[in-house]
Amino acid sequence: MADTPDATAAQGGPAGEAPLRGRIAKILNTSAVDGPGNRAVIFLQGCSFDCAYCHNPETRPAITAKPGLRPDGKEAWPRWMTSGQVLSSVGRYRAFLRGITVTGGECGEQPEFLQELLRDARAAGLPGLVDTNGSLDYEAWPGIVAAAEGFMLDLKAWDTDEHRALTGAGNASVLKNLDFLAASGALYELRTVIAPGLFDAEATVRNASEALARAGSKARYKLIRFRPQGVRAAWRSLPPPDDALMERLSALAADSGAAEVVVV
Amino acid sequence: MNPILATIEDRALTYQQKLAGLARLAENSLSVLTVTPEAQAYRDAGVICDLFEGEAPYRPRYIVPDYERFIKQGSAFLGVAPPTDIWEATAALLILYRHVPSITTFPVYLGDLDALLEPFVRDEAEARKAIGLFLLQIDRTINDSFCHADIGPRETQAGRLILELSREQKNAVPNLTLKYDPELTPEPFAELAAATALEVAKPSFASHRIFGADFRAMGFDDYAIVSCYNGLPKGGGSATLVRLNLARLAPYAKDAEDLLARVLPEAARLQLGYMDERVRFLVRESGFFESSFLVKEGLVRADRVTGMFGLVGLAELVNAHAGGKRFGHDDEAEALGLRIIESLSELVRDHSCPYLTMNEGRYLMHAQVGIDSDSGISPGCRIPIGDEPELPEHILRSAPYHAFFPSGIGDVFAFEPTAKANPRQLLDIAKGALASGLRYFSAYAADADVVRITGYLVKRSEIERMNRGEASLQDTTALGRNAVNNLGVLERRIRS
Repeated sequence: MADTPDATAAQGGPAGEAPLRGRIAKILNTSAVDGPGNRAVIFLQGCSFDCAYCHNPETRPAITAKPGLRPDGKEAWPRWMTSGQVLSSVGRYRAFLRGITVTGGECGEQPEFLQELLRDARAAGLPGLVDTNGSLDYEAWPGIVAAAEGFMLDLKAWDTDEHRALTGAGNASVLKNLDFLAASGALYELRTVIAPGLFDAEATVRNASEALARAGSKARYKLIRFRPQGVRAAWRSLPPPDDALMERLSALAADSGAAEVVVV
Repeated sequence: MNPILATIEDRALTYQQKLAGLARLAENSLSVLTVTPEAQAYRDAGVICDLFEGEAPYRPRYIVPDYERFIKQGSAFLGVAPPTDIWEATAALLILYRHVPSITTFPVYLGDLDALLEPFVRDEAEARKAIGLFLLQIDRTINDSFCHADIGPRETQAGRLILELSREQKNAVPNLTLKYDPELTPEPFAELAAATALEVAKPSFASHRIFGADFRAMGFDDYAIVSCYNGLPKGGGSATLVRLNLARLAPYAKDAEDLLARVLPEAARLQLGYMDERVRFLVRESGFFESSFLVKEGLVRADRVTGMFGLVGLAELVNAHAGGKRFGHDDEAEALGLRIIESLSELVRDHSCPYLTMNEGRYLMHAQVGIDSDSGISPGCRIPIGDEPELPEHILRSAPYHAFFPSGIGDVFAFEPTAKANPRQLLDIAKGALASGLRYFSAYAADADVVRITGYLVKRSEIERMNRGEASLQDTTALGRNAVNNLGVLERRIRS
């Protein structure tokens, strides 16, 4: 566990080589807010987006220093772990779990590991939700789609330029995933963080809701208030949206065809 | 001041509370019990405590009437005919409740209300109105939250109405338990119970499998959850509950071996003897079993009455003698905790009360929730507030103790208000807890007005009223207020 495998091994070499390992930022044994019921949450390390309002900026860098020991002698996070190690870590609390949720960082950055973890979890009776920024083209990864219980997709902004300004990356893949996952029935939840001034929230909510309706998706659309707690210092003064805006956007989403709208 | 006059002139007591207080003072002016000097020394030191049961027991502490029988036969003494519709059924029960004794003057058990009322539910709207008024009258006239009703394990229309109305009314009384069995309790019904608990701190979840098996082994096909979370046979009850304060016992032992070999057996012997004496007076002297209409009409039977051997403060006793290991965190501490409970369990099992026949006179173990004046003493076998592990670990650490306490043990968990958006999470955790061996699981949301203090429920708004020097309708508000101050019950770790 203390050794750091090279990039080839981490991304899965040919069969018979070293076991596939993922970069794990941390594991929560219980959560009420990462999908239906009680779920263990697996945070994978590394994310290609650089969102202004990121609440877990420490999980962004893909490569971190070699894991060492904490002052108390325990191994520090992030860690390299096999899916078996992840599952045995949450296994003690199996009786309490409805499933797992794989998030990040961005779990799509480690697709082979994500696929293996979802397959192994399903075999162990723990369905897995994928919480993703949509940067990975999931249509090209049918094994992930087949193994997953469902997807929770973040849509940061509908407009490509706004998306690039907000995250440092374009959104062609995100919009493709929205259509693909919604049409295939794999989309459990779509989310947008509402941060006034950073993008055109109304256009995003309207277009996204129409896309859900076009695909015949019953996925719920969760509108999340931006909250300054935990974000990087430069963005802490950004104002959270007021209730009136959230209500207006909620009504807009419903009017534009979203089957279920949740504001948190 | 003379305590009688002080009670009479107290501005913060209702008339009913004064009356009960005056009766207690009168009872306690007697000394009819023969207590050995050793037992009295332990009572004086707070090691053995009868929890305000009184100096001359004239009714069993916990009476569990056979309400099914009452619904079938009515009562000759009360002049109540067997009910034929929902209005007669709720009225008949309210009449009987008025006449069920306890040490608080209020009944501690109201029946398995869903099963009792379901045969009378014909029109849902009418049943909702009748049961709504019934629950309202219970809260406003049974002014003590040690009053408990049960529902489940099967889903019924009456059970669903009770949950929905409890959520709407947001009252502290009655305390409520869902008897949960994964094979008998449908998921949507259990989910409604979980959502209700996050609004009004009830119902709690009882393991129907564990309680059912324990009481079947004693020859009973059914059981009731009464008062805080006490498991007792229907149609009977418990003559007494006396507790051993393990935290106070800790300094009597030199080390863990001395504790197990000498101190615990001696303390158990003294408590068992004191309990026997209390039962003797109740059974032989008080006349309860010769005179009460409940006994004459078969609603309470002497051969279904037990006694409860209570204990508190296991955490503090373990922490005092586990060589620096922490209760609830370290395996060595858990091993010592289990040895202590196994040892006490054997001492209790080896004793037979000569005045009781139920379970061959053997008392039932009970993990007591504490009293409001306890400070630095954790309820039963609970992990101390402020030292609680992460939620699933907390449950797994607590579960091994639950097997030893057929007459009640339970853990209480406070949840983030965000949990209300996902009640299935609470249900998952409750189900996992019961599957892991927890006998009884309680939860509430950290922002709810109704909160579970230790085993009973109190409204925060009523505590605030009392803090302003005003009287509160429920006598348990004062207990809750003191427990908030002394036990820090509102500082429980908040689970997300």
